Amino acid sequence: MKITLNNSEVSMSGETFSVRQMLELMKFTFPMIVVKVNGHLVSKEEYDRVFVGDGDSVEAIHLISGG
Amino acid sequence: MKSRLEKLKGTCVGIAGCGGLGSNCAIALARAGVGHLVIADFDIVAAENLDRQYYFLNQVGEKKVLALRENIRKAAPEIKVDAHELRLGPDEIVRIFKDCQVIVEAFDRADQKLMLIETVSERFPDKFIVAGSGLAGYGRNNALRTRRLGSLFICGDETSEVSEELPPLAPRVGIVAGMQANQVLEIVLDDLRPGSGDDVWDE
Repeated sequence: MKITLNNSEVSMSGETFSVRQMLELMKFTFPMIVVKVNGHLVSKEEYDRVFVGDGDSVEAIHLISGG
Repeated sequence: MKSRLEKLKGTCVGIAGCGGLGSNCAIALARAGVGHLVIADFDIVAAENLDRQYYFLNQVGEKKVLALRENIRKAAPEIKVDAHELRLGPDEIVRIFKDCQVIVEAFDRADQKLMLIETVSERFPDKFIVAGSGLAGYGRNNALRTRRLGSLFICGDETSEVSEELPPLAPRVGIVAGMQANQVLEIVLDDLRPGSGDDVWDE
């Protein structure tokens, strides 16, 4: 399947992934991440319930401590 | 059409956290002419904050929100400042920032940053959030950037986590706070609208 991740097209081998699986595969390693799928914010509790499939647009940005 | 100063004077901005990001961002917004700031923090000024936060030696031991209100008023006597001494959770965020057009996320911890983003996105989908992420250390000017996800802007390098080896230092903290204030001005003065259709990925 092909998704758009942070405005770049990415090919992944498989039909569908949970948000949690997708973040692991795409090496998002810090614990806090803002994730949007097709413009909708996905909260941390929804990582196993929301799925990403062919043609979806995903945006993910790390939140880093310090302020 | 309203002039730039009239527009800013009629703008209310919320500042969640009054540490390095929040104190410097608030001063910049006040000097630029924003008419109303709502500031919130639970902490008191400590001597070790003076290396990067907008406080002074005689304010050590004071509540940060009260010390910051005093400093804001010295720079911009006309401004209205609502100072809330409290620890911000979802309920407090909804209560104190309900009249703000834009909310500046200026927390220290990443889990608090996410809490604010989730709360505001769910409860106030039409409000903009300007968050900070990644500002520790020194140098690497050009790694600092702003990215937009709909109504959310994130300023910083998205990688430099604060640690003993990589402390927050005044220049980079000040730059990110300035980027946040600058983004607020753009939102207000250019009448930006929330919505995911015009996300910016300029790398």
